[in-house]
Amino acid sequence: MAKYGRNAHAIAALVREAEVHRDVYVDPEVFELEMEHLFPNSWVYVGHASQLSKPGDFITATIGRQPVLASRHSDGSIHVFYNRCPHKGVKIASEPCGNTGKFFRCPYHAWSFKTDGSLLAIPLKKGYEGTGFTDTQANGGLSKVRNVVVYRDFIFARLSDDGVSFEDYFGESLSTIDNMADRSPEGKLAVIATPIRYMHTCNWKMLVENQTDTCHPMVAHESSAGTAVKVWKREQGDSTETPMAVQLYGPFMSPYEFYEQSGIRIWPNGHGHTGVANSIHSNYSDVTGYLDQMVAAYGETRAHEILGEVRHNTVYFPNIMVKGAVQILRNFIPIAVDKTLVESWVYRLVGAPDKLYERALMYNRFINAPTSIVGHDDLEMYERAQEGLKSNGNQWVNLRRLYESSEEQDVTAVINGTSERQMRNQFHAWAKFMTMDMDKHVEAAE
Amino acid sequence: MINEKTITDLIYQEAELLDTMQWQEWLDLFHPEGRYWMPLEWQQQDPVLQPSLMYEDLLLLKVRVERLSGERTFSQKPKSRCHHLLQAPRIVACDPAAGVFKARTSYIYTETRGDLLERYSGWASHEFVEVGDTLKIKLKRVDLVNFDAPFGNIQLFM
Repeated sequence: MAKYGRNAHAIAALVREAEVHRDVYVDPEVFELEMEHLFPNSWVYVGHASQLSKPGDFITATIGRQPVLASRHSDGSIHVFYNRCPHKGVKIASEPCGNTGKFFRCPYHAWSFKTDGSLLAIPLKKGYEGTGFTDTQANGGLSKVRNVVVYRDFIFARLSDDGVSFEDYFGESLSTIDNMADRSPEGKLAVIATPIRYMHTCNWKMLVENQTDTCHPMVAHESSAGTAVKVWKREQGDSTETPMAVQLYGPFMSPYEFYEQSGIRIWPNGHGHTGVANSIHSNYSDVTGYLDQMVAAYGETRAHEILGEVRHNTVYFPNIMVKGAVQILRNFIPIAVDKTLVESWVYRLVGAPDKLYERALMYNRFINAPTSIVGHDDLEMYERAQEGLKSNGNQWVNLRRLYESSEEQDVTAVINGTSERQMRNQFHAWAKFMTMDMDKHVEAAE
Repeated sequence: MINEKTITDLIYQEAELLDTMQWQEWLDLFHPEGRYWMPLEWQQQDPVLQPSLMYEDLLLLKVRVERLSGERTFSQKPKSRCHHLLQAPRIVACDPAAGVFKARTSYIYTETRGDLLERYSGWASHEFVEVGDTLKIKLKRVDLVNFDAPFGNIQLFM
């Protein structure tokens, strides 16, 4: 029985000022509506321009559940298409990345398309003469995603033709992407390896919320980070230097007071980040030669300003998290209401010492891998929540920590770092982008 | 005297220790400078500047082992168990004069927890170093046939 379809009122009622109904995590119909409304209305991360360095390079991705394809055209421009042949719907590219040469060729009937998506050739073209083919959508080649923005090499797309502009959607939140790129002495990032992939049997939003949940590390990760700290204390002997591994695990065990003072910043449209004043990434060892490179590139003042910004996790609504200080992006890709594929990418700071890339790769496998003990701690919690939420005893999830009745929506604010306000911020955006085109869909259907 | 049988016996012993969850005895098989490596790329060469699923020294392996029995290790309530099915190891090198001992073993690995059971296939490459009259693991490299697939939790050791 459809409870929520074409019913903006019912969707909006799932989000209260500081609570959300469990159906946002467990109801398959709500998930379908997210695919139909939320993801197309949002600006979603597709990939990084460094993955498309040469003409003919392509990557594949999904927006919500829709397969897309991004390519580098011969004139240097980047295009995003729906990844299906206009003929019979066959996916044009099936690999995560590659180079297609001068054109894409459908493997089924050899229809071919230029790397800007336009139709190049169809075998036996005569068979379409006088059939009205030129009036069909197929004649236009690969269906194009019209709203694409490449910001500092990060490729974002919005599937809906109408909606909030890229600039209005992200606003000041882009400062985290800026900081990550600025950390390269050349101001450039590069993807040079595959991501770590990790399948989660839980709703995608649990992962997004956890990015700014600062009251769980010292509890849920006592088993991993806490044990790492304990074993190091016992085994360190006369060592005066803390190994990189212990430097990465240790800060997870910081007390509540640390997270309280480090702060959270929220932005309009569901974006926000932890680690305003400082973060768990603040006290890593200096890497020899790096500061000198940065000073040479940016000058003393600007270099310290860039490196002094050590934000923890920045959520870009709806489904990515960026860690500028460690050059990691996690993409929470929805598969089903209770299934999420997490792809965690590491960016190399172009021109910076190898040690920084080594550290980012180490962090990624410690925290974001199926073999990561920190990951095991988190996934256990998500899975238990996915099960527990089936209970009818209480149908609401409580997000009231440090809630104030005077809270405004869609504002920029800096608050206590243990607040659940960023989660409330996300759900306000969730309801907004879920329902913004629902009335229109009703009209169209009538 | 170390010979090819010393190597194969040690590989079988290692699998048995893991299957019977004798974690400390398993750690004792490693050289103090030993490493456990799970690459993320096909025929990967570099564990440090290429992404891996695991590349851990003895300190980190001790953390894992200690965590498994932790009071607040909730992802081990209930506990995981594992099973190694090994093909006969192929001796790649057994050269006592040069101190080089290597073997490659094809395996099917099963990890189970609660009602779930997952199977993995791959190859284990061992490099040993001679210590006294025995061998210690210098490197255990585990290459999964589908290293690029998205797995759920892998909590024990292949």
